[in-house]
Amino acid sequence: MSRPVAPTTRKTFTVALAGNPNSGKTTVFNALTGAHQHVGNYPGVTVEKKEGIARFQDTTFTVVDLPGTYSLMAYSIEEIVARNFLIDEEPDAVVHIVDASNLERNLYLAVQLMELGVPLVLAMNMSDVVRDKGVQINYHKLAELLGVPVVPTVGHKGRGIQELLATVAEVCRNPRARKQPARQVNYGYEIEPHVEQLVKVITGHEACADRARWYALKLLEGDEETAKRVQSLCPGDYEMILQRAVQLRQHIEGISGASIGTVLADGRYGFIVGACAEAVSQTAEARVSRSERIDRMMLSRWLGLPIFAVLMYAVFQLTFALGEPLMGGMEAVFEWLGGTISSLWPEGSDSLLKSLLVDGMIGGVGGVLVFLPNIMLLFLAIAFLEDTGYMARAAFLMDRLMHKIGLHGKSFIPMLIGFGCTVPAVMATRTLETRRDRLTTILVLPLMSCGARLPIYMLIIPAFFPQAWQAPMLWTIYIIGIVLAVVLAKLLRATLFKGESVPFVMELPPYRMPTLRGLLLHMWERSWLFLRKAGTIILGIAIVMWALSVWPKPGAKQVEQFEQQRDAVKARADIGPEEKVGLLGEINNAAAEAELEHSVIGRIGKGVAPVLRPLGFDWKTSTAMLGAFAAKEVFVAQLGIVYAVGEADEASETLREQLQANYTPLQGFCIMLFCLVSMPCMATVAVTKRETGSWKWALFQLGGLTLLAWALTAVVYQIGRLVI
Amino acid sequence: MMPLAMARSGETLELVNVRGGLGLQHRLAEMGLGPGSRFVVETSGRPGPFVIRVKGSRLILGHGMVTKVFVRSIGKTNGDPQP
Repeated sequence: MSRPVAPTTRKTFTVALAGNPNSGKTTVFNALTGAHQHVGNYPGVTVEKKEGIARFQDTTFTVVDLPGTYSLMAYSIEEIVARNFLIDEEPDAVVHIVDASNLERNLYLAVQLMELGVPLVLAMNMSDVVRDKGVQINYHKLAELLGVPVVPTVGHKGRGIQELLATVAEVCRNPRARKQPARQVNYGYEIEPHVEQLVKVITGHEACADRARWYALKLLEGDEETAKRVQSLCPGDYEMILQRAVQLRQHIEGISGASIGTVLADGRYGFIVGACAEAVSQTAEARVSRSERIDRMMLSRWLGLPIFAVLMYAVFQLTFALGEPLMGGMEAVFEWLGGTISSLWPEGSDSLLKSLLVDGMIGGVGGVLVFLPNIMLLFLAIAFLEDTGYMARAAFLMDRLMHKIGLHGKSFIPMLIGFGCTVPAVMATRTLETRRDRLTTILVLPLMSCGARLPIYMLIIPAFFPQAWQAPMLWTIYIIGIVLAVVLAKLLRATLFKGESVPFVMELPPYRMPTLRGLLLHMWERSWLFLRKAGTIILGIAIVMWALSVWPKPGAKQVEQFEQQRDAVKARADIGPEEKVGLLGEINNAAAEAELEHSVIGRIGKGVAPVLRPLGFDWKTSTAMLGAFAAKEVFVAQLGIVYAVGEADEASETLREQLQANYTPLQGFCIMLFCLVSMPCMATVAVTKRETGSWKWALFQLGGLTLLAWALTAVVYQIGRLVI
Repeated sequence: MMPLAMARSGETLELVNVRGGLGLQHRLAEMGLGPGSRFVVETSGRPGPFVIRVKGSRLILGHGMVTKVFVRSIGKTNGDPQP
């Protein structure tokens, strides 16, 4: 079995990083790979795969950052991904990043990695925190007890990284050394002999012999993934092996009176506690940690929620107040870009290519990208809350509330992100463990009023409501979204996703000072998702929407009419040149309106108008509403065209005047309400399809929310008409 | 024996059993909460979420969870006064 193997002369190796969430794995990954990183997905699943290159002397390592897990039990998709990577890809070394200040919990994964039989190196991260706590870890002793090399590191300061690389290189180059098994957990005289028995049975089959002990333990635990693997490795004897495993499991559970999973977990912790007792000593008196002292305030019954509210208010203030001038800057950039490209054509040209580039592509994508500063600021604030450790406290504080609607505290985080953009919010639901929770959260997420809907409110609120009402009105709209989400989630949990609420266990990480680099990196990762959506889906839809609003062209007769009007104005001698420009502009706007009315989208708008009439909408708002499906803020631009005011944005006074002249405040409110609830944008539909794995849920969300919006708006409008 | 939901801040408890599926029991055991394990209640959000200290780390146990974990009181630790 174990032939002597000569040290390899290879120069490139694959190294996997494993570790608990919050162990500082990312900081070590960054310290190892620097800027050479690549983010992708593991095949077939939506778990992020980060890869980077590290160099040590003449050796090159491809470093793969495995998803953060507490165990290899296959409880979550992350655990399965991590496990399958280790078994299938057989990396040359596995570095387990251990939060040394939380040794016992972290070593649980180490013990499982030892059982899996991977070439392991332990990086004792945050070794500085340990020392500050007055704890001394004898790293040599620990290495000896576990039978694996141990290197102390401080990830965010880059300390110990060279030593870590040297150790990894050693392990990689020397396959013989890594074949030597690490110490194994001995499960005690009542259980160990039975484990051994099963190991012996499995070792008899060549294909499974290499990881016999791992397979034995997992089969005893009743792990289905492992059962499938063993079945494919030795199909002939699978039945027999499984039968034996079941027998032994029943026997062990009989003598210990507890479930086998619990028994084995206990055994592993026993081993860990033993090792720690020998290698760790407390030099200073144990005292209440800083984090605990902070939490006495942050989590207290009376102060917890007020502090939370203040922090959330600060987040929104930062996003909107600071984002405002930046947003103006972005607008200027796209205006300049559109202007520059327009100027390539002669004045008044109606080239289709120009229209496609300027109105379709730059107009469409630019309209979305204008929010980039706001969204980046929101993500920065969220990264700050996450990196400091406050997010876990927020989950705690929100748990009471979320529990009432059948979700738990963790669902709160995607909902917060949803106020920025629904797309990254849907992706953030990956942290939720059960499908029921994930689906419920995803389905109600579009009700968190995203940044793209803001321009609609910004246009309409000042048009219909006096100054003093404006801010409360905006709040009301946001609150309506939240309340609807709560009601809907409760409804979904009581009907479609019936079942016990899911247990919520989460580690409370210590408070940490975030690093600027980490904050920027986290902000960028999420912003990139948003940017990519703008560059792909939104660009595509913008082009389609543009085509729908350009074709078919109005008849030659109509075009000629406008042409005649223009000529007539130009020929007039009784008015000055400035007035002429004004009149010509009006004619152009009227022509644009006629074109849109004639186009496919105008026709659809007219077609659906009767359906939307009970809501107080006419064909113009209906057409603009269709545009909002591409991206919510397109509503404003479309409304500008149908009202023949030319290019319009949310600050357009002329458009507001038109709205005031044509609609009542009640209709204005109904427009906002419908935009808030109905039709999540195309990008949301696409990401929901991807994350839920089926069109069913994406279309359910689209149809359900639109129906809800219709019913709700109709009720508000009809009752409102009676009352006002 | 009582459900964890009834415990107060500062109490030291011993876990007796978990009234939930095998998956939940296993999961908790992996987090260091097997039968017989001891822990301290740091923040009792009765009847809501709890923060407990076990095996050197701090865990949040959500609302639904604290009614499923049954414990026995071992005593009160000092230096941990919190209402």
